[in-house]
Amino acid sequence: MINTFVGNLGHFATILAFVSAVLTAFSYYKYHQANELEKSNWKNFSRILFYIHAVASVVIAATLFEIIYNHRFEYFYAYSHSSMALPVHYMVSSFWEGQEGAFILWIVWNVVLGLVIIHTNKTWEAPVMVVFALVQAFLVSMILGVVIGDLKIGSSPFILLRDAVTAPIFQINPDFVPEDGTGLNPLLQNIWMVIHPPTLFLGYASTLVPFAFLMAGLASKRYSEWIRPALPWAIFSAMVLGMGIIMGAYWAYVTLNFGGYWNWDPVENAVYVPWLILVAGIHTMITYKKSATALKTSIVLIIASFILVLYATFLVRSGVLGDSSVHSFTDLGLSGQLLIYMLFFLFAAIFLSVRAWKHIPSSEREASVYSREFWIFIGATTLGLMAFQVILPTSIPVWNAIVESFGGISNMAPPADQVGFYTKFQLWFAVALALLTAVGQFFWWNKMDSKTLKDTLTVPYVVSVLISAAIIVIGKVYDISYIVVVLAGTFTIVANATILTKLIRKSTFKLAGGSLAHIGLGMILIGVMFSSGYSEVISYNLSGLTYSNSFEDEINKEHVLLWINKPTQIKDYTAIYRGRQKKVVGVPGLVDAKLLKSTGEVNQAIALADIVVNGKTYHREGEFVNIVLEENDYFKIDYYQEDDLKFSLSPMAQYNTSMGLISSPDSRRFLNRDLYTFVSVINDFDDPEWREDELFEVAPGDTFYLADMVTKFESADVVRELDGMQLFDGDVAVKAKLTIQDYDVEKVLEPIFIIRNNQVGRVPVIENELGLKVELTNILPEENKFVFTVNRNQKDYVVLKAMVKPQINILWAGTIIMLIGFCVAIYRRYDEFSKMRDKGLE
Amino acid sequence: MKKGHILGLGIIAIAIVIIVSMLGDASTYESFATAKAMKERGEDKAIHVVGQLKKTDSGQVVGIEVNEDKTSFYFMMVDNDGTEQRVFYNEPVPADFHRSEQVVVIGGYKSDELFMADKILMKCPSKYQENEVNTAGM
Repeated sequence: MINTFVGNLGHFATILAFVSAVLTAFSYYKYHQANELEKSNWKNFSRILFYIHAVASVVIAATLFEIIYNHRFEYFYAYSHSSMALPVHYMVSSFWEGQEGAFILWIVWNVVLGLVIIHTNKTWEAPVMVVFALVQAFLVSMILGVVIGDLKIGSSPFILLRDAVTAPIFQINPDFVPEDGTGLNPLLQNIWMVIHPPTLFLGYASTLVPFAFLMAGLASKRYSEWIRPALPWAIFSAMVLGMGIIMGAYWAYVTLNFGGYWNWDPVENAVYVPWLILVAGIHTMITYKKSATALKTSIVLIIASFILVLYATFLVRSGVLGDSSVHSFTDLGLSGQLLIYMLFFLFAAIFLSVRAWKHIPSSEREASVYSREFWIFIGATTLGLMAFQVILPTSIPVWNAIVESFGGISNMAPPADQVGFYTKFQLWFAVALALLTAVGQFFWWNKMDSKTLKDTLTVPYVVSVLISAAIIVIGKVYDISYIVVVLAGTFTIVANATILTKLIRKSTFKLAGGSLAHIGLGMILIGVMFSSGYSEVISYNLSGLTYSNSFEDEINKEHVLLWINKPTQIKDYTAIYRGRQKKVVGVPGLVDAKLLKSTGEVNQAIALADIVVNGKTYHREGEFVNIVLEENDYFKIDYYQEDDLKFSLSPMAQYNTSMGLISSPDSRRFLNRDLYTFVSVINDFDDPEWREDELFEVAPGDTFYLADMVTKFESADVVRELDGMQLFDGDVAVKAKLTIQDYDVEKVLEPIFIIRNNQVGRVPVIENELGLKVELTNILPEENKFVFTVNRNQKDYVVLKAMVKPQINILWAGTIIMLIGFCVAIYRRYDEFSKMRDKGLE
Repeated sequence: MKKGHILGLGIIAIAIVIIVSMLGDASTYESFATAKAMKERGEDKAIHVVGQLKKTDSGQVVGIEVNEDKTSFYFMMVDNDGTEQRVFYNEPVPADFHRSEQVVVIGGYKSDELFMADKILMKCPSKYQENEVNTAGM
């Protein structure tokens, strides 16, 4: 039965949210303009309108989640993003898998931020909320789904399946509801994908806050006062955005199989660039607070960071990236709307800035080389250049589109080797940044001239050279550019650690944000250098196969084929593929797939044997068990060193009907390195091509070869009972027992031969892992011989890629320290703002 | 000259280096014919070629040869001008390769007959374009 009420409610809430956003903007504008007498009326009215908008936005989100949660597949969104088999926490991912859901997430975050702004500000509320409400109006319009003539505004998540697709079934039965949805992209079925998008979107949403304060400041002629309330928010935004980026990188590392955490994909670049600009903006804002310089630069940077977030959204969601990105979204017809959204705020910001430009105070004084302003400015410039270097090539598809829209032809393509191309600039910029932060921090806290500079820098310099030397020797860093990276990284860590200890000893921890964040930067630099620069593929094909084509011998095969049970050398390890596993609800670790038999119900199986882990029995034979996402197979690979089992890894893969092979890595974490592995090809059991019959005439006790495996015919017995089959009086059933030795594994196969009413029945055994079908075809009593028919197929196998990523933990630790630094800074700056506010100055 | 000016010039210089390097490293979209001409001129920059897998009239993909150890393969590709080309890829067959509507190979000619792809991008029929509804359970 189609439930149209939920969808209508959602759609109504969307329209209400849109209208209330427009009215809130208007009302706050009136509040801002109103005289003292009318102010309080307008204030209350505006707030009520915004509360209505807030409630409507939450209702939109709640309605969409209700549709997914209750499996209402009559709705296109639930049908195309969810399925019955999904656990609740992945339904959350379904929510933002589609673009509409992502916009809703963004809208809700803006509402939360708006409510916080209303309740933490006094004089800033009105002008800031005008900007907020306008942004909300644009965002809600993306999901409006209103069609006026030929003009389509927004793409609604609340449309019914029958309105979204033209399938013949709806002509026969308009009320048809599919039994199941098409499911969530398996790559998003990961805990990091539950928390990464909300974090990233909070980062996106929060860039609005400093921008809104800036716009409010420019409009109300408070050209410099906006900095104080905006600064903690700018740092908050950079922190959250940074965290979102890192979570994305971590998700890519643990879920995707491109072999790393960062690929310089346009989608990644699109968030990295605004983050760089925002960080630059924070630095110039802090400079302004200290010494009244760099106000104009701050204004430009804050505008740029907000516009770049919109540009990122445009790049990713307009379809303009086309085939230059592995994970861009399809065009929902929103590109025009996104462009208008971006250009509206770009031109509004330019207009307000130009109007105010000559009133903005700027210092005429030339900054001395020994002043902190000078060094911060150089740092901000470096960040700006880094952003420029990334955004320019990322925008190549946009340049092509522009040239083509004017009738030209442009065949420019992004650099073929993206990683190499970006790294060669970004690495050196990052080295420059590291050195600047080291030197800059000393300028920040002390008055400097050439002599004191020399005195203060000597000790950290010597210490860091010593530490670097140790790292270079122990880590075997012999590449000259990597040596420079180590030096720069260590120098910034040592220098900032020196400052940090001084600060903590002399004053409070509150001031330590900067040095902590910079220590994080140094660690990230060193971690990236080791884990990427010294990342090594160890799964070279050592099988000794020669190829038909001579040139192939010259190139390294980076993947290795592992047949089941067959030991294969992978660098220092002997790897053995042991078969498939499943994740079972309530059982720790993974369970061998051969112990489970699917019942045909979603995510359900019968245990074919007791499931025992560490001596504890979790399920008895014959019990029903629940599988976590049954389509996921985990491929168990044991790693031996000198015949000792060191560890096992179980990378995941599933064959997805719409996306092909989905593969997720599994890594062995050591303190100083990760062994990162994933499967790139798996065997398909579903459609085996059995080779022609091979007949074996053997007597009990005989040994023979099946394929290349030693097989012993142990016995053949008449049995009274059979699993899964009823025997009647007069039936004769014979069960043969064959043991097959495949390397160190022994398998027992028991084909059955039945005679009933002079008819012969045969129950063959299919052993998928060994690629065997064995049938007891005939019994020759006079010769005491048994005839087996054997069909062979490929043994089970996986193709594996394995890499070593040294010192990746330094990178993760560095990111965490950097984030802590940001948090300390947020606390300090918010504290400053709230003290001024409570004095009645803001 | 003031320090500010020197700084400004420095920034402009770096920006120019960035732009020039981007133009120099940017790849181009080519056809197999122009790619071969480039190879003959001695330019061995990696380029992009857009096309499709070779298919029979009934839509069956033909010409994929997987090497014995399954870690690399050859395939036949037809570019947008209709030129057929044998391509080698030193990676296992990507998931869903057979279903791709469009393939972009990034790489260059290894010899006169063989194009070697360093990277393959595929466009697969996305869910959004899928107009079939699973009618099971009617």
